[in-house]
Order: sequence, then C-alpha cells, then structure tokens
Amino acid sequence: MHFRKTLALAAAAAALSLAPAAHAQTLTIGLGTEPTSIDPHYHNLGPNNQIAQHFFSRLIEQDHKQNLSPGLATSWKALNDTTWEFKLRKGVKFHDGSAFDADDVVVSFHRGGNHPNAKSSFGLYTKGKTVKKIDSHTIQISTEKPYPLMPVDVSNIHIVSDKNQGKWEGDYNNGSAAHGTGPYKLGKWVKGEVLEMVRYDGYHGPKPHWAKIVIKPIKSAPSRLAALLAGDVDFIDQVPTVDIARLKKNPNIELSQGVSNRVIYLHMDQLRDNPQYIKAPDGKNPMKDVRVRKAISKAINRAAIVERVMEGIAIPAGQLLPEGFFGRSSNLKVEAYDPEGAKKLLAEAGYPNGFSATLHGPNNRYINDAKIVEAIAQMLTRIGIKTTPDTMPKSVYFKRGKNKGPKKPPEWNFVLVGWGSGTGEPSSPLRSLLGTYDKTKGWGSSNRGLHSDPEMDKILDQALSTVDDTKRAALLAKATEIGIGRNQGIVPLHYQVNTWAGKKGLTYKARTDERTVGYDVTPK
Amino acid sequence: MNTVAEQVEPLATPEAIEAKVETPFQRFVSSFLASKVATAALVVLAVLIFMAIFAPLISPTNPYDLAQVSVLDSKLPPGAKSFDGMTFWLGTDGAGRDLVSAMIYGLRISLGVGVMSGIVAMAIGAAIGLIAAFYGGRVENVIMRIVDIQLSFPAILVALILLAILGKGVDKIIIALIIVQWAYYARTVRGSALVERNKEYIEAATCLAIGHRRILFRHLLPNCLPPLIVVGTIQTAHAISLEATLSFLGVGLPVSEPSLGLLISNGFDYMLSGKYWISFFPGVALLVTIVSINLVGDQLRDVLNPRLER
Amino acid sequence: MTVFIIRRLMQSILVVFVMSFLVFGGVNLVGDPVEMMVSDEADQEERERVIRSMGLDKPWYAQYGIFVANALQGDLGKSFVYGEQALGIIVQRMPATFELALAALLMAIVIGIPLGVFAGLKPEARTSKVIMTGSILGFSLPTFWVGLMFIMVFAVVLGWLPSTGRGETVQLMGIDVSFLTFDGLSHLLLPAVNLALFKISLVIRLARAGTREIVHQDYIKFARAKGLSQERVILVHLMKNIMIPVVTVLGLEFGGLIAFSVVTETVFAWPGMGKLIIDSIQSLDRPVIVAYLMIIVLVFVVINLVVDVLYSILDPRVRLQDVKG
Repeated sequence: MHFRKTLALAAAAAALSLAPAAHAQTLTIGLGTEPTSIDPHYHNLGPNNQIAQHFFSRLIEQDHKQNLSPGLATSWKALNDTTWEFKLRKGVKFHDGSAFDADDVVVSFHRGGNHPNAKSSFGLYTKGKTVKKIDSHTIQISTEKPYPLMPVDVSNIHIVSDKNQGKWEGDYNNGSAAHGTGPYKLGKWVKGEVLEMVRYDGYHGPKPHWAKIVIKPIKSAPSRLAALLAGDVDFIDQVPTVDIARLKKNPNIELSQGVSNRVIYLHMDQLRDNPQYIKAPDGKNPMKDVRVRKAISKAINRAAIVERVMEGIAIPAGQLLPEGFFGRSSNLKVEAYDPEGAKKLLAEAGYPNGFSATLHGPNNRYINDAKIVEAIAQMLTRIGIKTTPDTMPKSVYFKRGKNKGPKKPPEWNFVLVGWGSGTGEPSSPLRSLLGTYDKTKGWGSSNRGLHSDPEMDKILDQALSTVDDTKRAALLAKATEIGIGRNQGIVPLHYQVNTWAGKKGLTYKARTDERTVGYDVTPK
Repeated sequence: MNTVAEQVEPLATPEAIEAKVETPFQRFVSSFLASKVATAALVVLAVLIFMAIFAPLISPTNPYDLAQVSVLDSKLPPGAKSFDGMTFWLGTDGAGRDLVSAMIYGLRISLGVGVMSGIVAMAIGAAIGLIAAFYGGRVENVIMRIVDIQLSFPAILVALILLAILGKGVDKIIIALIIVQWAYYARTVRGSALVERNKEYIEAATCLAIGHRRILFRHLLPNCLPPLIVVGTIQTAHAISLEATLSFLGVGLPVSEPSLGLLISNGFDYMLSGKYWISFFPGVALLVTIVSINLVGDQLRDVLNPRLER
Repeated sequence: MTVFIIRRLMQSILVVFVMSFLVFGGVNLVGDPVEMMVSDEADQEERERVIRSMGLDKPWYAQYGIFVANALQGDLGKSFVYGEQALGIIVQRMPATFELALAALLMAIVIGIPLGVFAGLKPEARTSKVIMTGSILGFSLPTFWVGLMFIMVFAVVLGWLPSTGRGETVQLMGIDVSFLTFDGLSHLLLPAVNLALFKISLVIRLARAGTREIVHQDYIKFARAKGLSQERVILVHLMKNIMIPVVTVLGLEFGGLIAFSVVTETVFAWPGMGKLIIDSIQSLDRPVIVAYLMIIVLVFVVINLVVDVLYSILDPRVRLQDVKG
C-alpha cells in the first residue's frame, strides 16, 4: 500500500519534471493585440513597441516601473541646460553581425522622426533635437531650450543598423532588414496567426531564459483565457477582470498584477454656453460652474465601481498618476463618496432639481469601459443629474469625440476617456488634457472639455523647462493641484490595474506601461 | 390571422377541398393542427409574442430605467436578492439588470427588429416583384437581374458592410435587414404572380381596361400571399438570428438596450468565470424563439403549398 | 452560349464597378482611421502628417479616382494598418479560409446526404422525424452561440481539443495547409463542424426532397421490379439523380460558407479572411475592406457563372438566358 503510493508519487514527480523539459525552452504567449509591423519606427503604439523591444535595444531602457536604466548607452549626463552627452556601449553586434556605433544612433534618430510611411511617428521624441556624433562611441544631443525630458525621449527610440538605410516596413516585416541588437531575432511572422522569436546569443545583456518565444494574437478575451486553460498557450495578457477571482483559486494558474500608468477620467464641457447634450432648466451649461463639476466628482462612488464593475482590480484615483510616480501631488486625495454633499453643491450652483446630460464613452477601448459609463450614469441619476449612457466602438467614438480646438470643439459635452502617461510623469497628461488648446505648442490636443486656466499653463510651461528634478516635481504637483484640485478640470475615476496569467510556475514583473515582454516571463 | 387565412382559399390543398362542410379557415386550421409539434410551437410563439408586446406590464423591473438599476446588484446568481429585497429569479447581468426583465425586453427588441424589418421588406419586395411580373420585358429584366445579384451575396456579408457604414442602433439594423431581405420577397412574389398573370381572368381584366393598380393589388397580390407568408415566417427567424450574430460581431445594437443576441454576447465574457446564467438563459430564449418560428413556418409551408421547398 | 458569357461578364464588370463606388464611398463616411492609428500623445502636427501620408487630405472623389486608376493596374491600395499591399494581405489569408470552408463542405456532404436519403426513403419512420426536427434545429442555432458552447465544452471542460487558432501547417504545392498534420486537424475539427452545421441541415433537406421525388418515378420502380438490390438502387440510380441539385446548390453555397466563416473565424480566432475583415472593420482599415469586397464580388461572379454553365451542361433542358419567363 505504502509502496504503491510512493511509486505513484515518484511517477507523478517524474512526469512533472519531464513534461516541462520538452517545452521548457519555448514560451507560447496569447496576446490581445498584434503589432502592425516589425519596423520599430513605423507605428508608435503599445502593441508595436512591446514587440519591437524584443528585437531592438534603445540607448536607455525603461524597466517594468518605467525607471530608466542603461541600454546601448552606458552613461549619460546633461553637459549644460541644452546639451546632453551619451557614452555608447562597446563591442555590441547587430543580429546580422555588423558592429554598433554612433552612426547607427544618428541614423536611427533621423529615421524615427522622418519615416515616410509612419502611422504614428516617433517625431514626438526627436522633434527639436540635434544629434551629433562626437566619436565612434559618444554622441551629443542638443535642444534650443532647456529640455528636462531628454532621457525619457531617448528611451523611446529603437536603434536600427545604418546598413539598412533606405529599407522600410516591408523589408522589416519579411525579416530581411529586421536586425537589431535586442535579445531576440525574428523567426517568422504570419500576420494574424503567429510571430516567432529566436534567442540571439550575442545579446549584450543577461541571457534570457527562453530559446524561443511564440506569440499568437487572440483578440477575444474569453477565447484567450480558454486557450490558456486548455493549455494551448503558456501565458496571456489582458486577463478580463471578471475571471480573476476564479483564476486565483485555480492551482494551475499563476497571476501577475500591477497598476498601470493609465487613469480613467471624465471630461466636462467648459466652453460652450448651449451644449447639445446637456439640458438644464435655465438653458445654460451647468458644467461651466466648478461647483457642478465638484458635485459630479462627489456623486461617484469610486469604491463601488472598483468593487463591482472592476471586480476589485483597479485603484480609485484622485489625480493623473498612481502612487510611486514622479511629479505627483501629495495633497490631492481621492474624492470621498458624498451624494448629500453633491446635492448641496448642485443646489448652491442653482440646480436643486438637477439637469439632464448624456455621457458618451467607448465600449472596446479600456477595461470594462461601457460598464463604467453605465455605472456612472446610474450614480449621477441618483443625485438628480439624469444621465443617459451612450457607448460605441472606439473606431466611431474617437472620430466623433475629436477635439479640434475652441472653433471646432468635440461633438459631445460629457465623455469618459483614459490616458496612459508614456513618459511616466504627469507633464504629458497635464499638457494634453488640461493645457489650453494651442496648436503651435502642441498643447490640449486631447483637452475634450476645453478646460483653460492661464495660471496652470504658466506653471506647466515653467516645469517643462526646468531641468532640476526636485523643482520640476514640485511645479508639476502644483499644476495638478490647480487643474484637478481647484478647478476640477477633469474628474479622475481610477487607475487601471493590469493582469497577466500564466501556467503555474511562471512569473511576470507586471509593467506600468501595460506591455507584455516575453523575456520578462520567467520560471520561478 | 383571420383575414390572412381567408385570402389563402384559392390555393387550398386538394385534400381540404374534399371536406366540403368546413369553411376554408377551418380547413386551414385543422390541417395546421394536425402536427402536434407545430401546434406546440405556435402556442410557444404566441406566448413569446404576448410577452414581447406587454413587456412593460409583465416585466418585474424596467431594465432601461437607470434609477431602478444598480451596479451594486451586478452578476448576482439566480435566486439572489437585491439590497432592497427584490428577488432576481434568473440572476442579474453585468450592469445589475434583473435578467428576467432584461430577457423580456430583449425578446421585445429581437422580435421587434425581426418583424419590423420583415414587414417593410415584404411590402417593398412584394411591390417590386408584382411590378416585375406585371409589366415584364425590360423592367422585369432589370429588376430580376438586380435581385439575382443581391441574392448571390450572403445576407450576413451585405449586412455587415452596411452596418459598418451605418453604425449602431435599432433603426440602423432594421434598415440593414430590410435591404438584405427585400429581394427574397421580390423573387417569391414574381414567381407566383407570373403563373397567375397568364391565367384567363387576368387577361379578361386587362381587356376590360381595369386599372393596373386594381389588377395588381386586387387580383395578383392575393394569389401570391400563401408563399409570401411562408417565406415571411422563415425570413423573420433568419432576421432574428442574423441580428443576434451581428450584435455578437459588434456591429449591431448599442449595449444600453440589449437584444437577446447582445445579452448572450455580453454574457460570454462571464462564462468562463462560472457565471453561466448571464449568457445561458438568453441563449435558450433565443433558441426557443427561432425554433418555434421555424417549426410554424415549416408547417405553414406544408399546409399552404406542399410544392414550395427551400 | 458565348453571347451569354460575354453579356454576363459585361454585367459583372458593371457590378464590380458599382460595388467599388458604393463601398468606397460608404467606408469613407465612417470613423476616422487617423484617430485609430496615432498614439494618444500625438500632437496636431503629427496628426496632420499622418493624414497626408495616407492620402486622406484629398477630397473623397479624388481619393476614389486614384483608387480606380490604381485598381485598373491591379493595385488595390496599401493597408492603412500594415502599410503593405491590401491584396497581398488578403491573399495570404486565403488558404486558411478555403481550407475551413472546404472541410465544412465535405462534412455537409458526408453527413447530410445519407441522413437526407434515409429520411426521404422512410418518411414516416421515427428516425426520419428526428432527423428532420434536428435539421430545423441546425437551421435555427445561431452559429456564434454554438461555437462558444463548443469551446466551453470540448476545449475548456473536457480538454479534448484546442480552443482557438490554426494548427501546424505544412506546404502543399506552395500553399500552407494544416489538414495534413495531426495538430492541424485537431485545430480544424471544431470550427469546421461549427461552420458545417447549417449546411448539413440544408443538404439533409435537399437530399430528402430529391429522394422523395425520385423514388416515385418510373425508372426506380422499374429497377426495383427488375429485382435489383435495394442498396444498388439507392447507390447508383438514386444518388446519381439527387447529386445534381445538391452539387449545384452546394456550389452556390460555397460562397456562403466563405461569408459565414466571418462568424466562425471570429469565435475560434481562425486566421482567415473573415477574421481579417472583422479586424479591418474595427480598425477602419479602408483599403483592406474595399479590396476584400472586390475579391469577394469577383469570387461570387465567377462561382455563379461556372454553376450556370455547368448546370446547362448537366441538364440539357436548361437554356442559358438572363431571365426566364
């Protein structure tokens, strides 16, 4: 009896140790997104960049918390307010065997900003910068005005070989030019079906665990999860919140979770006097009144949304970035749920019986977006703001909700949107969501409520030309306190928390930038 | 039902004619009821239609009234109670709607979309088909070529593209379903009208210089009705199924007022986490609806015109 | 016959042209592909650059003119999303869809004909009633719902078959096919059955109707009277005659299978043309949507033409005309 049990256990143990051995070197990932190209300068978007970073290195890398660390540059420093110097790593080779040097950097920066077919270019990061080769392994980048975000911008440009000048996305997609210095080489890519990566043995960093990474795009969330449960894939991203509680109980599944840099929030029209989608008894636009905006914020039960809609997988928000990020305000707290206070504020503003409004939102862009819109409509209706939810696919939503400035404002007056800060600090959302619309400065492009406060603009301007980190952090915090704390220019709801799931024994360092990076998935 | 059945008379089956005592309507009824399955399906269908029409009266809550729905009640299992004491017999969906109410209202939308689009498509298709059959020649050639071309494309593909252009909404999906359906009716009506047109009484009517409109609607149309009713029934089932599929593909209805198909599709997100009821019950309801319509349609075909095969 | 084919070809060209105009005009009305492409942080200048690079700064009629001029040279435009030839992307996905549709077609014939013939020979048998009611169920079940249930039951609960995707492929005459590997077959089974359900019901009904009509005809009675075995009568005489309508309808329905694979491919993440068109509609990849439709229109025009011509050869009573009567 005893003997048999021992034998069975031994057999089980043997099976356990053997089974993974056969596949131990290959990791199969089910991804919710697919890149549009292997060319790292073709499309500046999460799904592309997360794939590109397997094949291509950057001068400065961003770790899972978006902290900067040395990549192809071993060190960097600001020589003065407008010039930065980067020392390049020596002895690095591209996948095709050619050596990496300063010329590759100059070419890559130029290519990133001037790719003729780019769908969303990296010009954002290269604009206004002059890249100069000093010697074969030193470069200098200069700007006209002081520019504190230099290292962050540099960490977004993938380095390609200068040998492949004149080759564009087609040559990268078929593999003939897809040579970077990253930890993996391109195996094959069949769009919509499979993307295979093979470990590059000449990689300059630590050797990754997997000899081969196979990526399968599975857009539908239930299908992706089913693929994991059925054992077709080892690891998936974008686990639906509704399944998390159950997966936690599943002994064969390991979850990895982490807060993202993405805040979900509401824009309220602060420009028009006769809004089409807000109907007040006095015929005016109540949302121009800061008391009404504060009332909206107080009427929202963020804890209930997090608990019931997000299944506990989100963090209530009081500003633009969650705790731990640079330039956050320590004075802004999450607005407490206070329906009575909200009603009082509404009455003070002259709307004791409320008004009616339509809240527009996407239904396939953010985690549970349509359900959040419905929940908020329910909550606002309870304090007297009769709110109709209206959601639509992102393809329609972002066209109709587009902001072209005060002369051509967005169609809607009350919208739900999300913002992920690629720079890992609040200047990008402050500039785009709350800054006064200004085409030449590139401000307010997503300021769909057309909020405008010259005082905040001034402080933000100052912050964007302050190289000293401590001073800049204080200025950014102050701008946030004015834009959200004092003016309630937007109503933050929560920070998204992302969840990845893998077979037992696989762990992942959850990334704040929401990317899925295959070589960061490791066996325990 | 009554008027329809009386117009059916000219095409009554030979067996029915032998039973001389019965009125045409009784004949129709008795041959329909000969099939137990079809009779049961008819009863089920009647109940479903009754529920859809009187949804606001029989539904426990109004799932579209946001003051009555709370997200705090979301995803409760069947039989659970809400915080203010109401029982959700089939549970609640992801937005906190009572599933019984959501299904009754969803049925209303599904049936409404199917029937509305069917009636309009039938009217348009029948008119065009009659015109083609009556005038013949060039008119007929052009019309039937268009019908042929349209029918050579699968309905789902046409509807998908139309909705991609039109956008979401009950009105939009009805428009799309009308456009994909009219040709079936046009072809059916033309076929039967053509047979009728060559009969002597129509020729006589034409000779008597009776107005075209009168000939079309008083003489030709009634004779086309039996096949039209059969095709209409089966097309309605198709339309309901098609609407559910399109909603599943994300191009049909908006989420705030879900049809049965959209309830299923929303519920699938919860399926793997064990909250089966959100998707399962609406799925059963949809299935019962479509099967009962198809069974009734099948029997209608046998009774009204045994020759008409799919 | 030649006149007929030439006329049909002329009509087809007109159809293709009208469709291209409607679809091109239609897709230009919806959404903003630029908003779908650019990153959240793109400023106004960047947006304008992307608009220019995709040629969207020109008025729609100018865009259409460019499209037609290029299309006449076989260039259906570059995908907004991938930046590659739309035609090439679609052709790359074709084998997967055709493989799925053919597998479903095969199942429809292999399962549908025997059941239908049985139901036609013994219409009063209990089994026949079950078969016919089952076929109504097959008509009624929404494809997507069945697909979801298949995944739930066979992949997740029972774990017998893979849930989604296409299996390992091998090259057969330069085309990637998956039905020659075990992995590929196991991936193919569920989607193919899912897609075939509707057609199985259809074939059952066609075969039953055909059988019922033919068994009463003189030559079958004669064959029986001659003392030929039941099996021989069914296999040789009956089959030969019901195959004509079945083959014709299935030929036409093959196009329907390709269209309906949109649903099946979405459910099972099958990397074919159908999934591509849904993805393209969602990401507003206009050139791919237009190119897909142009190809589908062409496929249908060809299928219809071939079926009409074949039919006239198989059945000499049919004369080729545009409109009968």
